[in-house]
Amino acid sequence: MAVFAVISNPAIADVLRDPRVWRGAANEQAAAFEPSGHAALDAALPHRGWTQGALTEILFDADGIGELDLVLPALARLTRQRRHVVLVATPYLPYPPAWCAREVDLGYLHCVETQSDIEALWAAEQCLRSGVCAAVLCWPRQASDRALRRLQVAAESGGALGFVFRGARAAANPSPAATRIQLRAGEGTSARILKCRGAHPPARPVPLRAATMRVG
Amino acid sequence: MLWAALLLPRLGLDALARDASVRDERLQNLALISRDQARPLIVDAMPAVRAAGVHRGQTLAAAQALFPSLKTAPHDPAREQKLRELLAGWAYGYSSQVSLREADAVLIEIGGSIKLFGPWPRLEARWRAELGELGISHRLAVAPTALAALALARTQDGTLVANPATLRQALDALPIAQAGLDALAVEALRGMGLSRLREVRALPRAGLIRRFGAAFADHLDRLCGAAPDPLPLYRPPDRFHARMEFDHEIESSETLRFPLRRLIGDLCAFLTSRDGGVQRLELVLEHDPLQFKGLAPTRLAIGLQSPSRDARSVLDLCVLRLQASPVPAPVRALNVVAAQLPPFVPLARDLFDEPRGAQLDWPQLADRLRSRLGADAVYALAAHDDPRPERAWRKRVSAAAAAPVRRLGPRPSWLLRRPLPLRGEPARILAGPERIESGWWDGGDLRRDYYVIETREGQRAWAFRGIDDEAPWLLHGWFA
Repeated sequence: MAVFAVISNPAIADVLRDPRVWRGAANEQAAAFEPSGHAALDAALPHRGWTQGALTEILFDADGIGELDLVLPALARLTRQRRHVVLVATPYLPYPPAWCAREVDLGYLHCVETQSDIEALWAAEQCLRSGVCAAVLCWPRQASDRALRRLQVAAESGGALGFVFRGARAAANPSPAATRIQLRAGEGTSARILKCRGAHPPARPVPLRAATMRVG
Repeated sequence: MLWAALLLPRLGLDALARDASVRDERLQNLALISRDQARPLIVDAMPAVRAAGVHRGQTLAAAQALFPSLKTAPHDPAREQKLRELLAGWAYGYSSQVSLREADAVLIEIGGSIKLFGPWPRLEARWRAELGELGISHRLAVAPTALAALALARTQDGTLVANPATLRQALDALPIAQAGLDALAVEALRGMGLSRLREVRALPRAGLIRRFGAAFADHLDRLCGAAPDPLPLYRPPDRFHARMEFDHEIESSETLRFPLRRLIGDLCAFLTSRDGGVQRLELVLEHDPLQFKGLAPTRLAIGLQSPSRDARSVLDLCVLRLQASPVPAPVRALNVVAAQLPPFVPLARDLFDEPRGAQLDWPQLADRLRSRLGADAVYALAAHDDPRPERAWRKRVSAAAAAPVRRLGPRPSWLLRRPLPLRGEPARILAGPERIESGWWDGGDLRRDYYVIETREGQRAWAFRGIDDEAPWLLHGWFA
């Protein structure tokens, strides 16, 4: 009865709704994090940003809906701190003038081209595990649960930010990634957090891109 | 300075015996003869042969008369030179100042070495044991000058003369024939009734120079330490080649790992001793020449981003390279060749850096990736100052200062390598047109109107059309 009384107290309910409050087995390890650069997203994520030493899955079904916007502020900050960022098996050419304009230091941005998914996942794992790279981004066409688990473990041991970009179809399947974010385009782009380790995912999607913004 | 002279009295025979695959009886009756076809002379002979009275300079016919079961082998200076270099490499492990100036000796500066390896008697015992294992007959002596050490090694094996005062005594007693002086001068001095160096040194210097030349006096000065004796120093070779032959065929790259580990270990030990690193090396896999006629050895090149001599990381790269490239036939012999050994600069690390992961740095990681994915697979990008979108970027292998680039209109974060026809009409035009009309001077002429558009699916794209109205839409990038 006492428990119900506590939960029905509106002030405490407000506190408990905060995604940072995790009611479960106490896991007090403070995870290192890297602000994503999007205030709304940071507020919704339990660590107030991307978790270091963990894999983040970004699920999207069409190109050009802001999937890179999601990570570019963090990459810009990391490269300007002279930390290495590796892009593995990019679907298109990362266009230097635009990346420069977003203040990414190209001297610390490396591209790895691969012939197959096996090579891409191998390269991403090597980079994550090495402890050299601050962030590793990978675009595999297919990735098995096992491969993702390996990436997650590699990210943990290397303390790197791991990002895997996958099609939205994968959202239906479970994944070992610590954080899963699905992007949806409609009127503007919104990000829905499907999973975030350390908290319940918020029910509401986070708006990322306004609907009728004029670029330039 | 304290010089040790390692005199090699049996250099030619030692070299021959080392190269002979089996120790057989015939070696006992062996003599080396000069390559003079008409009148071969004995250059050196085994102890058993010499006991019968055969000596250097004898004609072959005379030697055969004295020792009927004589076997001969031609004297091979190249083989001796190889052995001398091997010994110089061995000595280089003890001292950085090793000289091969004398034809029959290796001169080694040990003044610094005895601080590290202990006093001379201990070092001497160690050297003699190692030389014995190598199968080298030798005589050793130590003196403050290189020439004195050499002369003492000739007269008395194992002499140690540590300071200039005792050097004077030791040299005074030296027979002039052993002092390394010019042979004609020695003959002349003998004719004058002189036999010890003391008597020569007592002669007036001006007269000696007049009679025997300045070189003779200079040699005496260098022998006694009165004049400096600059020696050309040995430098280890700038190339590494090691080969290992197997008595069976090896078919799996996994099995090759073990011999490879030994060869790479040798390479890295060699690199450490000469304080160098390796940046490019080659694995040469030889196949059975009879079974696979005309099949050239498989060559696998391995490149590193920066010179390294860490056996584990170099071995890792080699193994990755082996796994990535299939070998066409079983392997009979394995070679490791490193033709360029650039100076090695150890990577400076922060003392208080927290160790992370497997302790790699970016060049090592890039090497790892390249060794499996290919040399072009890892690159960086740079912006290039050109208004044409296709030419506004460059691949970049090494770090270079970024050139300032003009800010143009909005540019997409993804560029399609080749423009594609746009599916459907754009739902909305967000920005544009931006006319790009350039490149008439280098054949890359283009005239386009670029727009930022939004598709019906909500994608933001960079698309263009030719400047006439009816031209189709072409997609060139995504604002991802």
